[in-house]
Amino acid sequence: MARDPKRKPLTVDQKRYTEMVRDLVPRPPYLRNSLLAFLFGGLVAIIGQFFTDIYRITMNMSVKEAGNPAVATMIFIGALLTGLGVFDKIARYAGAGLVVPVTGFANSVVSSALEFKREGLVFGIGSKMFILAGSVITFGVVTAFFVGLIYALFVF
Amino acid sequence: MEWQMYIFAFLVGGAISMLGQLILDFTNFTPGHVLTGFVVAGGILGGLGVYPKLVEFAGAGATMPISSFGNALVQGAISEAERTGVIGVLTGMFELTSTGITAAIVFGFLIAVIFNPKG
Repeated sequence: MARDPKRKPLTVDQKRYTEMVRDLVPRPPYLRNSLLAFLFGGLVAIIGQFFTDIYRITMNMSVKEAGNPAVATMIFIGALLTGLGVFDKIARYAGAGLVVPVTGFANSVVSSALEFKREGLVFGIGSKMFILAGSVITFGVVTAFFVGLIYALFVF
Repeated sequence: MEWQMYIFAFLVGGAISMLGQLILDFTNFTPGHVLTGFVVAGGILGGLGVYPKLVEFAGAGATMPISSFGNALVQGAISEAERTGVIGVLTGMFELTSTGITAAIVFGFLIAVIFNPKG
């Protein structure tokens, strides 16, 4: 907002207006946002670890196997919180702390499905469900295909 | 392992999320871009063998972020390719991620049917 100093001085009203705008324009609170994301992202990981341990102990699984039901559980929680309308309220503070973990993946699936629900079960929920999450799957699979191919052809 | 794992999970899970938040705040990328980028990064790190080490070290701190989806795709493709050759890249791709995708589709569908959009 650098102003040309040679220009005519602002009138009192203009000055007051620019001051008002400057105070109102939101600057992202970088430090606060990243600390909250760290806190919530860490919290989600702790809850995930807790479920991993529960499945590992109760179902006699190895750590690697127990990760799968734990991820499914977190997806269920993320989907349920989105359906209840709570997810967005927490995500307003948590930011990437809820978006980067699988809870964010679940949220993007459910929120797209809900958004297009009025278009019907088949063309609304059925096809629009992956309107956001689809790119995650597409890019993930394409990446994995080429990484796997490089492995299969050159490493073994 | 045991309780120390929770500290490492918190730190690594928090750090990955914080990285995502910094990208969101300092660039014009949307959450969709960040998620996609993290999956690709997870896949490449998985291929390099870095991500599995992170999972061993931080447990859910590495398996909960979406980057683990890319890693799991790669691990499935690689381990099947090891057994059956190039075709394994296709057949093994979803071996490990089937849980996540199935859960997302089934729970997502049911919850979208049961609940109505808020606001």
